[in-house]
Amino acid sequence: MNPVATPFFFYFLAFMAIVSAIAVITRRNPVHAALSLIVTLLSLAGFYLMLYAPFVAAVQIVLYAGGIMVLFLFVIMLVNLEQNIREYQFNKQWIVATIASLALGGLLLFVYRTGRGSFPSAFYQSYRGLEGDNTQQIGIWLYGNYMLPFEIASLLLLVAIVGAVVMAKKRI
Amino acid sequence: MIEYIKGYLSSGTTPGEAGNMFWATVYILLVITGVSVAVLCMNWLERKILAHMQIRLGPMRVGPHGLLQPFADALKLLIKEDIIPHDADKFVFWSAPVVVTMTAFTTFLVVPFGRTHAVTDMNIGVLFMLGVSSLGVLGIIMAGWSSNSHYPLMGSLRSSAQMVSYEIAMGLAIVSAVLMTSLQTGTGTLSMIGIVESQAAQHTWFIFKFFPLGFIAFAVFAIAMVAETNRAPFDLPEAESELVAGFHTEYSGFRWSLFFLAEYSAMLAVSSIAVTLWLGGWMRPFPNWLGGTAWDMAFSFLPALTFFVLAAGCFLGTIRMPKIPQFRVQTIGLGTFAALLGFVGLVLLVPGVRVRIQDIYWFVVKVAFFMYLYIWYRGTFPRYRFDQLMKVGWKVLLPTGLGVLIATAIWGLMPQLSAAILGVLQ
Repeated sequence: MNPVATPFFFYFLAFMAIVSAIAVITRRNPVHAALSLIVTLLSLAGFYLMLYAPFVAAVQIVLYAGGIMVLFLFVIMLVNLEQNIREYQFNKQWIVATIASLALGGLLLFVYRTGRGSFPSAFYQSYRGLEGDNTQQIGIWLYGNYMLPFEIASLLLLVAIVGAVVMAKKRI
Repeated sequence: MIEYIKGYLSSGTTPGEAGNMFWATVYILLVITGVSVAVLCMNWLERKILAHMQIRLGPMRVGPHGLLQPFADALKLLIKEDIIPHDADKFVFWSAPVVVTMTAFTTFLVVPFGRTHAVTDMNIGVLFMLGVSSLGVLGIIMAGWSSNSHYPLMGSLRSSAQMVSYEIAMGLAIVSAVLMTSLQTGTGTLSMIGIVESQAAQHTWFIFKFFPLGFIAFAVFAIAMVAETNRAPFDLPEAESELVAGFHTEYSGFRWSLFFLAEYSAMLAVSSIAVTLWLGGWMRPFPNWLGGTAWDMAFSFLPALTFFVLAAGCFLGTIRMPKIPQFRVQTIGLGTFAALLGFVGLVLLVPGVRVRIQDIYWFVVKVAFFMYLYIWYRGTFPRYRFDQLMKVGWKVLLPTGLGVLIATAIWGLMPQLSAAILGVLQ
């Protein structure tokens, strides 16, 4: 069986991800921006599939595209946008933004140049066997080796939930 | 080429696993056709059954007993004027029904109609279905927002709130069923075929496993799936008395029919999840009580028998038609339909067909039962208020689902737990 991850799919998904990511920041209409963000997230799910991690791809779709983005759109529709556009915009900090993104890009390039050994070209060839039991592997690693970080992350989320409830409710 | 096509038939797996493009395409086309035909049947059956529940006759004019009504409706929708509101967001308005329909049909990729009768088997089958059907919500939101009108916006807001909150209860119920798959082998599975096979290996359907835990999980799912598909009594997003028609108020003609198609195929999809996870998928009932080859043989005649009963019903209708010239065409039509059903029944008696059709038959019968339940709910339950809906979702189904999940885990680990406790005591 031939590998499904042909270069065509990689370039196609990369193109989709970049174009829609640019659309996210250039669209004036927030709903259009949110929809473009969904396309970006779906292309990322495609990348996870190409890396033989179907579970991560499915979770990406369920949580990000299906859950979080629905809430985003929900909030955007509820907020009165016409009024917000007329108000003073304090997010025009493009000089700082350019410097920050250049620094991040430089960092990524530096990591890629120096740590090339960590990205073997036959990366997925060695991981292909894992595709069949990807879900089981993630479960074993998450609840075995990385038990403590996992629990800490869930505690953090719990704190966030309690905070949200306290802020939303005047009287508990 | 011929070898390529024939080679799959002896592989004993799904076309996706065998990597056979030809049969995968054939299966996809078959599934799309089957789902569309099922939606047509559902359209007729729903109107007929609802009518009989309310002591009416329902559609009677187009064809004998209104049998051709869905076709007439489809034709009407196709030739209706397609209106896009002036201030609508054209692109989003155009793409919303496409998104809804595509996601509704994509979920059927992993539905196992039998061990070999699925397009493909995925390692993440249930998650795939949940994920793709959760993308359908986006289509509904897009439709409501892009219509640039108040009722659709309200409808889509309600719909998204409802779907997001019921997805959680649904997910918890599914997880407790997935936990049960890990009981004998130690490693669970999310693959739809794997889940059915583990039910076969444990000699029980998961609805009866750990009674009443399996049943409670199933009940949570069965309630959540009605809310998830926006059907009565949870049909607030399209409550006629409050919101005209909800998120698709501004849609007309073919685009509206796409929403209709998507809604019914989503119902079929969630029903197939329920059937696969709790009702043993493609397996026939009573495999333990009425086991053995003789009973296998007896059960294998049921598909043909069903068609014969349907044919007999149609034949009875043909006889009872009024004997006046105005009804001649209808009488001939119904008689032909009866003959057609009888012929299908005869084909299903052929040994080769009889063995292969078994699993599909049982799967479809179980899904049809859920479809009937949907109609039954619609005919009998009053609609919930929105705050009641949220209360049921968050305060009843979610804690129940969590409790069942924890209880299932504890019950499943009972041997190890009791051994550990005994070890401490000694």
